[in-house]
Amino acid sequence: MALIEFVKNAIDFLSAPQYLVTGALIGLVLAIHWRPIWTPKGGAVLFALLAGGIGLSYLDPNFNKVATLPDNVPIVGMIFLVGFFFWFSMTQAYANDRRIAEGRPPFEGEDSAQKVFSWPDLVYVELICLVIVMAVMIVWSIYLKAPLEEPANPTDSPNPAKAPWYFLGLQEMLVYFDPWLAGVAFPSIIIVGLMAIPYIDTNPKGNGYFTFRERRWEITIFLTGFLVLWCMLIVLGTFLRGPNWNFFGPYEFWDVNKLVPLNNINLSEIIWIKVLKRSLPNFWLIREMFGLAVVGFYVAALPLVFSKTLLRRFYEKMDPVRYFIGVSLALMMLALPIKMYLRWIFNLKYIVAIPEFAFNI
Amino acid sequence: MASRWRDLQQSIVSSQFWKSIFRVGIPNTNRKRVLAMLGNVVLHLHPVKTRKSGVKMRYTWCAGGVTFFLFLVLTFTGLLLMFYYRPTVEYAFVDILDLREQVPFGIMREVHRWGAHAMVISVWIHMFRVFMTGSYKPPREFNWVIGVILLVLTLLLSFTGYLLPWDQLAIWAITVGSNMASATPLLGIQGPGTSLLKIGDIQLVTSTNDARFGLLGGRFVGAGALLRFYVLHCVGIPLIAAFLMAVHFWRVRKDGGISGPV
Repeated sequence: MALIEFVKNAIDFLSAPQYLVTGALIGLVLAIHWRPIWTPKGGAVLFALLAGGIGLSYLDPNFNKVATLPDNVPIVGMIFLVGFFFWFSMTQAYANDRRIAEGRPPFEGEDSAQKVFSWPDLVYVELICLVIVMAVMIVWSIYLKAPLEEPANPTDSPNPAKAPWYFLGLQEMLVYFDPWLAGVAFPSIIIVGLMAIPYIDTNPKGNGYFTFRERRWEITIFLTGFLVLWCMLIVLGTFLRGPNWNFFGPYEFWDVNKLVPLNNINLSEIIWIKVLKRSLPNFWLIREMFGLAVVGFYVAALPLVFSKTLLRRFYEKMDPVRYFIGVSLALMMLALPIKMYLRWIFNLKYIVAIPEFAFNI
Repeated sequence: MASRWRDLQQSIVSSQFWKSIFRVGIPNTNRKRVLAMLGNVVLHLHPVKTRKSGVKMRYTWCAGGVTFFLFLVLTFTGLLLMFYYRPTVEYAFVDILDLREQVPFGIMREVHRWGAHAMVISVWIHMFRVFMTGSYKPPREFNWVIGVILLVLTLLLSFTGYLLPWDQLAIWAITVGSNMASATPLLGIQGPGTSLLKIGDIQLVTSTNDARFGLLGGRFVGAGALLRFYVLHCVGIPLIAAFLMAVHFWRVRKDGGISGPV
């Protein structure tokens, strides 16, 4: 018993956002380069660990309470589906890479030379899929009632009040950014950034088959965004955020009275008060000049600096317009983990804080 | 017995009525397989012949097909639900309660809700597959863009539908979500720079004309928002999505069918 409690406490501790995000980012980069995972055997071990871990967790009353909420059931399903297809695509990518290294075409290449009649080959595959999906939907609908809570009451706000589950990644961003960024600017940038992918990525290889070696950078960036910053933040927002949007470990009781000290300070306060030992200037432009300079440098100058140094290779390969749009979008994506770490390490609230006209970054 | 059965079958299949519907008969020759695909309005979404890699589950995961199928399931179940649901503050919740309590073995609302969740997930998995196979690369760039718009529309469909049961879960999820609109720069009441927009002492953007008001048809999630979300959910967004799906499927064909190595 003591051992079980110890393991639970350790998991509760390690699933705090700072360790979870760090673990996921490092784990993703290591995992996609670690071949033994991307084989049937590796997949079976991963699946057993994941299914066993989540299955055993249902025995815990606190985990059970959250994970069996009707609207949270699809998210448990999403963990398995996204996890499976991640493994499935990488396994095929590595298998193709091996073939390409041996001078053979990818699996899809052998197939694509041939054409088959759509009737029956394609039509029947679709029919089987359709029947399976319908069967799953009906069984799922019989066993799990759609949720219906108390009638709407505009005066009685639940705690925590959560957005629909697919927006919980954005709601999690509200911890680190103001609503105008987390709720308006970043969602718009995500949409535009997704649309821009085919126009930024000029690598002609890997068109129409699974491969990792020929598209390392594209796949790494996309998986970071999709798996860590989107799917994992949804899981975090669903299962690990309780009353007052406080963090709760998966086996922790959602205590409404949990107190989390809030001692976040702005960059301007750190510089003017702590470092320069004076009071904050009254005029916002002078008060926030350091923060504005940092943000301005990050947004405007960094792509230019990188084009001469770190990312010179890319700058020379791509044309300037593609390079600057692509790097700017990538920097916007990186802004989220950067702000997260600034918060966790320095308790930084805002880099730029201009409450005079509600402009905080 | 067996021969009589075959005779009966034969007489049905060769009857005027049967032949007026199924022109081709059982597609057991290549010619008939071609005609079966060409003669059917649904099947002719597909080409007569498909690249072999394109019919394999391990390549396509059938994620796009599943998404489209779920859209059809949701359209059908949604239509049935519309018979019993009135989008007013007075009736919305009780109508859902009635569906739950008064219909023996009723699962239409369940199929609709879980189907909606499943569709959101299957759209993501479809996007994931298209990315991992590099299928957005030329000549399919624009179809990827359409796909991203369809992804956003799927989320909006689900978001607008989330409000309709008019319970605590619905109203507060939409309140949290739509509060973001009031933070729109210059257009939302709490957005950066909005307070600068004034003539003399008069604020141009107020809580009765900002972006959130436009979204909700009111200053909070109330009767106006319910009607607005209902119309968008049942008519507005499905129409746009159906049109873009047509474009999406058309472009798959015109850009060379399901992708494969060049």
